[in-house]
Amino acid sequence: MSITDLDLYSQAILLLAGLIALTSFLMLGQSRLVRLVFIFAVQGCLLAGATAMAAGVLNYPHLYISAGLSLLLKGIVIPLLLHRLIHRMGLHREMDTIDHPARLMMGGTALVVFSYYVSLPIVQHSTLVTLNAIAVSLAVVLLGMLLMISRRQAVAHVVGFMSIENGLFFAAVVSTYGMPMVVELGVAFDVLVAAVVFGVFFFQIRASIDSLNVDRLSKLTEVER
Amino acid sequence: MIAVYLLLFIPLAGMVVLSMWGDRPNAERFNIRCNIAALAASVWLAIDVLWNGPQLSAGKLLYIDSYNVYLIALTAFVGLTTSVFSGPYMNHEREIGRLTPRRLKLYHTMYQGFMLAMYLVLTTNNMGVMWVAMEGATLATVLLVSLYRTPESVEAAWKYFILCGVGIAQALFGTVLLYFAAEQKLGVGGDALLWTVLHDNAGQLEPAILGLAFVFLLVGYGTKIGLVPLHNWLPDAHSEGPTPMSAILSGLLLNDALYAVVRCKILVDGSLGNHLAGHLMMGFGLLSFLVASLFLHRQTDIKRLFSYSSIEHMGLMTYAFGVGSPWATFAALFHMTTHSLTKSAIFVTVGHAAQLAGTQRMDKIRGLILTQPSIGWGLAVGTVAIAGFPPFGVFASEFLVLVATMHDYPWLTPLLLLGVGLAFAGLFRHIQPMVYGDVPEGQKPIHANLWPVMLHLALVLWLGLAIPSFLGNWFSQATQLISGALPQ
Repeated sequence: MSITDLDLYSQAILLLAGLIALTSFLMLGQSRLVRLVFIFAVQGCLLAGATAMAAGVLNYPHLYISAGLSLLLKGIVIPLLLHRLIHRMGLHREMDTIDHPARLMMGGTALVVFSYYVSLPIVQHSTLVTLNAIAVSLAVVLLGMLLMISRRQAVAHVVGFMSIENGLFFAAVVSTYGMPMVVELGVAFDVLVAAVVFGVFFFQIRASIDSLNVDRLSKLTEVER
Repeated sequence: MIAVYLLLFIPLAGMVVLSMWGDRPNAERFNIRCNIAALAASVWLAIDVLWNGPQLSAGKLLYIDSYNVYLIALTAFVGLTTSVFSGPYMNHEREIGRLTPRRLKLYHTMYQGFMLAMYLVLTTNNMGVMWVAMEGATLATVLLVSLYRTPESVEAAWKYFILCGVGIAQALFGTVLLYFAAEQKLGVGGDALLWTVLHDNAGQLEPAILGLAFVFLLVGYGTKIGLVPLHNWLPDAHSEGPTPMSAILSGLLLNDALYAVVRCKILVDGSLGNHLAGHLMMGFGLLSFLVASLFLHRQTDIKRLFSYSSIEHMGLMTYAFGVGSPWATFAALFHMTTHSLTKSAIFVTVGHAAQLAGTQRMDKIRGLILTQPSIGWGLAVGTVAIAGFPPFGVFASEFLVLVATMHDYPWLTPLLLLGVGLAFAGLFRHIQPMVYGDVPEGQKPIHANLWPVMLHLALVLWLGLAIPSFLGNWFSQATQLISGALPQ
């Protein structure tokens, strides 16, 4: 089946899935924290857009609420929070070093291929759109982990963590038309609390090691040094 | 059914009250009273379920059967005894200047917050809400790990937050897949994520998707159980936080995460009809059991030592649930109870021992039995119990696991025996000099409240000698639910 045979909604979802995966790659290669947070906000807005579209086209009004929630939380509140923290900690000029950017990108690509491979069993039971959505969201989850692994700045870790949540949310919206409302609200609440707790942690970490470079959190080891 | 609502309302109310007045001198007493009330509600609930069978709440959001009701009672009990211990312990910490009133307020608030999250994990019928509550438990405890604000504790808390956060995100992905599979058969709507509905229709769910979902669920909740190789946060978080928190983390959180995995396993077994879930759990469990018992030998910090012992026991339980025969399941349920009681008792004793010696380093803790016999004996007897000596309950449950293994997988028995032996040696080489040994100069007895320890150890002893009939009844019913047959 070629892509032009699909209806417009499916094509749009596929486009959004592609864009969301693209933002994940952009984050992976972005060493400035302020821009990293900006790309994260864009990802949140894309997610909200996908949700709102699903709500409108497929006629699931409760998805409007979750679209609003993700726009508010992931598009606006959390990025703003992070942005302010970066400025307050004086990190807005700092560059996070990325070792081996080329290898990192290749690794990211491999993760996308792997996600498609893992999602293959699902394709027999579902449409092309669902397969792509699940594979892309799994890829976004894994790319978020790769982002966390490759960075040393605590802020970048938080962005990676939150983009993992974005990936999960995308899977829920596209493949299952959103989780039940009580679950969505609960997850949104957890994400919000997590963002606040992360903010508290930035100050605790800075007070204890005088920077946000988590490489220097190395006091706890398994054996005596 | 009122008892369930009460059970959830009490910690919620306690949380609100303590968030305002948690730094007052009588806050600890209020904390204890909340836990007494919750225990009363859980006993009421238990009696209700014992007489009237499984219960579903009006909105189908809460579901109580024999599998979770005994865990609810256990959670309430350990929560209460630990809060009794936490009173004098936190006072001592405040006197030596490790705590400010604000942090004490945070501690008390989050204690109730954690209890609320635990009750919600256990009582909810909705797999999504279960995830939310599990993440809530992380959020409630993570700031407590860094309560002392030492560089080590901040590092431990950060590690805990990141590892458990990322780990549990995998479980959310698994939950989404579960919902995806269910929705295709049951239609769009809120009901497709209810455990009871999923359980009734497990046979129709798509096996390929459910198998994939279980892998994610196991990795996600397995991070919380502390399964190797996802265990790295556990020893750090247990050793750097306040000791009452170590006791409830070890005694309750790990159990409840395992509870969640087993709930998922029941669904997946019903759909797949093969032993995939069981084999995965056996593999992870056995690996954790063996690796943790080796790590016991290398430890220098007393709380780290016992957190590795927790990983070891959780591994054994995961393994036993994985074996999946009625006897193995019965043994795993029994082991959850005995381990939770024994380990929280040990952490209470360890907390006192560390305060007595002024350090958590094992080579500096000496002569406990001469300085304060109650602490010394508590530690010695607790270690004997957790190492699996008769006549304590841990012996009975470990022995049952061994027997079940010999029946189904005889070639794995040597590995289990090896792990038990290694763990025994690893514990005793450290504990023996701490309990006996010469008293360092200037070591004085402290104000300690050891009745929680005595009570827990007495219960474990009782369980080792005889299982009360109502408890055995629950275990049998839960075994039938999980493994599909009664143990005989």
